[in-house]
Amino acid sequence: MALLIRNGRVIDPASHFDRVSDVRLEDGKVAAVGPELPAAGAEVFDAGGLVVAPGFIDMHVHLREPGFEYAETIESGARAAAAGGFTSVCAMPNTNPVNDSATVTSYIVERARNRAVVNVFPIGAITKGSAGEELAAIGAMKAAGAVAISDDGRPVMNARVMRRAMEFARSYDLPLIQHCEDLNLSAGGDMHEGAASVRWGLRGIPAAAEDVMVARDLLLAELTGTRYHVAHISTRHAVAMVEHARKAGLPVTCEATPHHFALSDACMPPYDSNYKMKPPLRGACDRGAVVEGISRGVVSAIATDHAPHAGDEKMQEFERCPFGIIGLETALALALEELVHPGRISLVRCVELFTTGPESVLRLGRGTLAAGSPGDVTIFSTDLEWTYDVNQSPSRSRNSPFDGRKFRGGPVATVVNGGVVWRR
Amino acid sequence: MPRGLLGIEELDRAEIDAILARAKDFQPLQSQSPKKLDTLRGKLIVNLFYEASTRTRTSFEIAAKRMGADAVSISASGSSVTKGESLVDTLNTLAAMRPDAIVMRHAASGAPHFLARHLPTPIINAGDGTHEHPTQALLDARTILDRRGALEGLKVAIIGDIAHSRVARSNVHLLSKFGVDIVLCGPASLLPAELKDLAPGVRLTTDIREAIRDADVVMMLRVQLERQHEAAFPASEYFRFYGLRLEHLDLASPDAIVMHPGPINRGRELSSEVADFQRSVILNQVENGVAVRMAVLERVIG
Repeated sequence: MALLIRNGRVIDPASHFDRVSDVRLEDGKVAAVGPELPAAGAEVFDAGGLVVAPGFIDMHVHLREPGFEYAETIESGARAAAAGGFTSVCAMPNTNPVNDSATVTSYIVERARNRAVVNVFPIGAITKGSAGEELAAIGAMKAAGAVAISDDGRPVMNARVMRRAMEFARSYDLPLIQHCEDLNLSAGGDMHEGAASVRWGLRGIPAAAEDVMVARDLLLAELTGTRYHVAHISTRHAVAMVEHARKAGLPVTCEATPHHFALSDACMPPYDSNYKMKPPLRGACDRGAVVEGISRGVVSAIATDHAPHAGDEKMQEFERCPFGIIGLETALALALEELVHPGRISLVRCVELFTTGPESVLRLGRGTLAAGSPGDVTIFSTDLEWTYDVNQSPSRSRNSPFDGRKFRGGPVATVVNGGVVWRR
Repeated sequence: MPRGLLGIEELDRAEIDAILARAKDFQPLQSQSPKKLDTLRGKLIVNLFYEASTRTRTSFEIAAKRMGADAVSISASGSSVTKGESLVDTLNTLAAMRPDAIVMRHAASGAPHFLARHLPTPIINAGDGTHEHPTQALLDARTILDRRGALEGLKVAIIGDIAHSRVARSNVHLLSKFGVDIVLCGPASLLPAELKDLAPGVRLTTDIREAIRDADVVMMLRVQLERQHEAAFPASEYFRFYGLRLEHLDLASPDAIVMHPGPINRGRELSSEVADFQRSVILNQVENGVAVRMAVLERVIG
């Protein structure tokens, strides 16, 4: 079966291609990109007025399976990804059991093969149980399909363990992704430490909790030569330090989430747990630095940190609510509204942040429409007007601060391995 | 949102003035006999206290009874809370019994605000975590006004563990709306710099003498050991550097009054002599608590 996507503005940053064109997919792969391609034997998708891009990659999601299927499953999370224009997602290892062995990695790969409408790439734990002490079976997890290692949510506090983990990651040529948070500085905190936390009597997480760990890790990355990636960067000092390290030639990258470039703590309604996540929504100055980091090229990828939590978990006293929000379906729209429409980045740069950017970190062999590449395509509009209704989400969870928000621009159709898996 | 009282921050000056004036009407009632009105006869008030409290709970109960309402008090221990029921489920259960208001104290900041979004019953905040304690600020203002004609132009020093104090936050919001010059004082670890943006007219200092100089009101706070999750200040040094002693009051305005929301710790945040000092109005605060809470109950459900 073939698919011909006709007359869209095809943007393929990897091949410096940006013009109105057709894309023909055959046998799950990109067959050709060019003007007036033959429609013979193909289903035709009219993409006139739309942007046709390589399939988007979200390098940071929580699919909650195994262990927390009441909040999300590989199947439901993958459908939410497709509805957000993502064709590939990377699943963080904080499941139950933790993905710290080839057995769990294989389970996720197998479940995804049978259930998921998008490609799912597991990320293995750095340490056993993500407890921060003993290294996990990193090589075996890679062999089973893990594309990176991370103890996301439970940062490796012990610098010596981190050093060894980096050395192993380099041996296996895997990127190491760190959730940067000094747990002693952040202990007990529920939101960014600043004017709002003091006003509302909530315990704060200082920006320095992130900065301290980024600083330590960049020194260790230099020591070990590892490909090191800062997850969900949120502070101005962290952005400055990553920029400095990149200028010095270290193989260091970082990602930013839509909520960290779209919101600050000042945007937060008091005690609304749909605005509670880690790192927390920072001050306006930090948010500005994240936007600036994206436009200056310090930030390589936009990643959602999609973190589903069941309704009753978020229906509690603010300090008892778990951290995290869902974000797959709103990521592209927020990037268009907050970054592209105001002229902070070009549309091509926006596509890079969802494709070649994460690809440069993960090396999945995706993120391009070059002939022979996997047939993953994201088709989106820059001016479609729509309203996000979280109750219609394919995700099992509803914890989004963007429910009811009106957007201009968003995904229209998602094609995975040559087949349309979602359309608006 | 139902008409409750969640905090001082969202009240305007006219609303505060109205409550304080009404509380003044209720003051004579406190010392006459019989003490009971029938303004709220047939109304039901539930006092739900998730934190230990003697004075605030008793004060609300007495206020409700003096207004003629029925009052039921529930403390968290011995209730469904210990059986693992969630806060919102507990409140929904209580709301189903159709009280006219729920008076609530909770250790989590924002707990009453969260519930107010999901419940039809008006909620009166009797203290939420380290956020607000609105009736305390109202009774403090009533007590100051009993001795000064107006709040405008006064200098008020609030001294102690500001970071963890809901009393301080509510007082700052109230006093600021009346143009009071407010000085917050404590060790730096209990005095986050962002406090100065809480409301107009706030200054911060770590020097107790500077705070007290020319103050008309010296408001001492209890050291909230139960809310400090680590040693923010060495307990052994607290009284020496931040405890109020009689000689400090020489720096204050000659008729300055000393206030404390209670319960006081003699020898920790203030000396025993200060507690018994003739211009200490700590018991007047307690007495005004009933009158102010009567005014609040009337406003919310009258």
